[in-house]
Amino acid sequence: MKTLSKLYTLLIFVFLYAPIAILVLFSFNSSNSTGVFTGFSLHWYEELFRDGATLAALKNTLILAVTSSVIATVIGTAAAVGIDRMKNQYIKGTLISATNIPMMNPDIVTGISMMLLFVFVGGLLKLDNNLSFATLLIAHITFNLPYVILSVLPKIKQLDPQLPEAAMDLGCTPMKAFFKVELPAILPGVLTGLIMAFTLSLDDFIISYFTIGSGFETLPIRIYSMTKKRVTPDMYALSTLIFIAILLLLILSNVTSARAEKKTKKK
Amino acid sequence: MKRFFSVLAACLFLVLPIFSLASCGGENAVAEDDAVEYRGTINVYNWGEYISDGSEDSFDVNAEFTKATGIKVNYTTYASNEDMYAKLKSGATGYDVVIPSDYMIKRLLDEGMLEKLNFDNIPNYKYISEEFHEPYYDPTGEYTVPYTYGMVGVIYNTSRVSEEDTGTWDLLWNEKYKGDILQYNNSRDAFGTAMYRLGIDVNTTDEGEWRKALEALAEQKSLVQSYVMDEIFNKMESGEAAIASYYAGDYLTMSENNEDLAFYYPEEGTNIFIDAMCIPKGSKNKELAEIYINYMLSEEAAIANAEYICYASPNTLVTESEEYIEYMGEDWIALLYPENFDFKTEYDKNCYKSLPTETLNMLNGLWEELKIDSNLGAWVYVSCVAIIVLLVVWGISSFIVKKRRSRYY
Repeated sequence: MKTLSKLYTLLIFVFLYAPIAILVLFSFNSSNSTGVFTGFSLHWYEELFRDGATLAALKNTLILAVTSSVIATVIGTAAAVGIDRMKNQYIKGTLISATNIPMMNPDIVTGISMMLLFVFVGGLLKLDNNLSFATLLIAHITFNLPYVILSVLPKIKQLDPQLPEAAMDLGCTPMKAFFKVELPAILPGVLTGLIMAFTLSLDDFIISYFTIGSGFETLPIRIYSMTKKRVTPDMYALSTLIFIAILLLLILSNVTSARAEKKTKKK
Repeated sequence: MKRFFSVLAACLFLVLPIFSLASCGGENAVAEDDAVEYRGTINVYNWGEYISDGSEDSFDVNAEFTKATGIKVNYTTYASNEDMYAKLKSGATGYDVVIPSDYMIKRLLDEGMLEKLNFDNIPNYKYISEEFHEPYYDPTGEYTVPYTYGMVGVIYNTSRVSEEDTGTWDLLWNEKYKGDILQYNNSRDAFGTAMYRLGIDVNTTDEGEWRKALEALAEQKSLVQSYVMDEIFNKMESGEAAIASYYAGDYLTMSENNEDLAFYYPEEGTNIFIDAMCIPKGSKNKELAEIYINYMLSEEAAIANAEYICYASPNTLVTESEEYIEYMGEDWIALLYPENFDFKTEYDKNCYKSLPTETLNMLNGLWEELKIDSNLGAWVYVSCVAIIVLLVVWGISSFIVKKRRSRYY
């Protein structure tokens, strides 16, 4: 039974990581084929750093992901605090479910409805360019919001409501009490929300596809547009680098949180 | 709080180098020479991988254009004509140059979505070969400038397909190669293969004719390994499949990775397409866009593009260039530019034209019929329904049992 369970775990890991392993392997291919491995080379990594359009798309994607996740985290945290302090349980419950609905919504519905809204409003305001970076940013903030709220809300619920009261007793203004006492306590939730929003925004294709304007291209859209001819292997090189960066980030955040836990235990 | 900042700092450290790299490589750095004549930015919307972009030491057309004229290029890409059309229709105006295929240009023109070109700004148009002037999609020749053209043919693996079976579309229906054949995962192209084989006009509006093609495709279905688009590169190069139809230019890039691959144009006739540059209505930089189009026709840019894309070029500066002929090699030239080929009549006979909406809807319906009509599909639906029914029954019964128990206690 034990070997069976080990085998099962192994199988799951193979399923999860085999595609990534293949991708990493073919990023070192010396020819441009994605079917035949002809030899090891770093050619595609060199090619990647010379490919101006791809790097520009990467830069766009990162700018978009950083700004949208930071803005969504600020708005989402404020919203979560506000929701938590509501007195009417009925309205509170409804509001929480209402913020959850966009998460269940298929991306394509969100994308099309956003596009329709932007085109409609653009028509009302008589703008000549309905879709632009601003619309893309708004769309990304919108779909990131529920995830931030979802990860912050439980942390606030765990928080002892007497803590901020005590702080105010000791002379803090409500604002100061929030930043000095509440925010540090819910910080892990806020960080989780931020990271989640960042990754979601980074790899979103469908919603961006509908709301993006002319003259701006994100990485997922650029890769998709290559599928008529072929996706060039420098994309594999790029994906490999992104994978490694995210892996490092994950290890780092896990190590720091483990250390922090140890510290609190010692106390 | 400290931890938060340390993680944040780590994030920044990871991201910063990419930013700095992107900013040095990403923007088409404007050369600081005095020859700069114009100011402004144009938005160009083209197929993915459809321009010489400086990779593998090729000529970077957009960067060189900026260097020569001072006009910046905002270059974005799409994967299909339909994607491009949807984008233009959705109100994302601001594109200055788009490069769709013939039938899509016709549709855009019919809907009044294109600007007339001022050919005074495009003097290089004189190098476009006579055969490409005033094509059916632009009968007055006032709206478009051809970019590339090409033909579809059959690619096969010589180590697995015997020579005597080749030459016609019948190869894709040959039972000997069951499980080795690839078919397009795109209704128009897939029906096209059947219609050329049966000698049916590919632009017919007669439903009966389309049904005949559907029957042929249904008959072929058991022989087909899978319905694919760009996966074709993979499958043919690795030898996973042995027969497929695709564009001649793409065969050339595949043959670089697998020497066993060979290619022919079927005798019955085959699809010919032209992709052309045009300026959509609403462009705010029409003059700059025309300068860009003119630059694309210049010798350096046109040859670089033709060598990069591997499709045939309508530009005489390219076809008569010795450097180009030497680069491509005689075999490739012979394949891309077949001799004794009356382009104009063949094109008028075999190109895809824009179909009326009813025919398009009917075609979509027939395509669904072909794809859905499979045993696997039915089996999946039946098992899904069975699982749902079982779950519901289990839920209700456990509910009833609980109720009964609670009554006893």
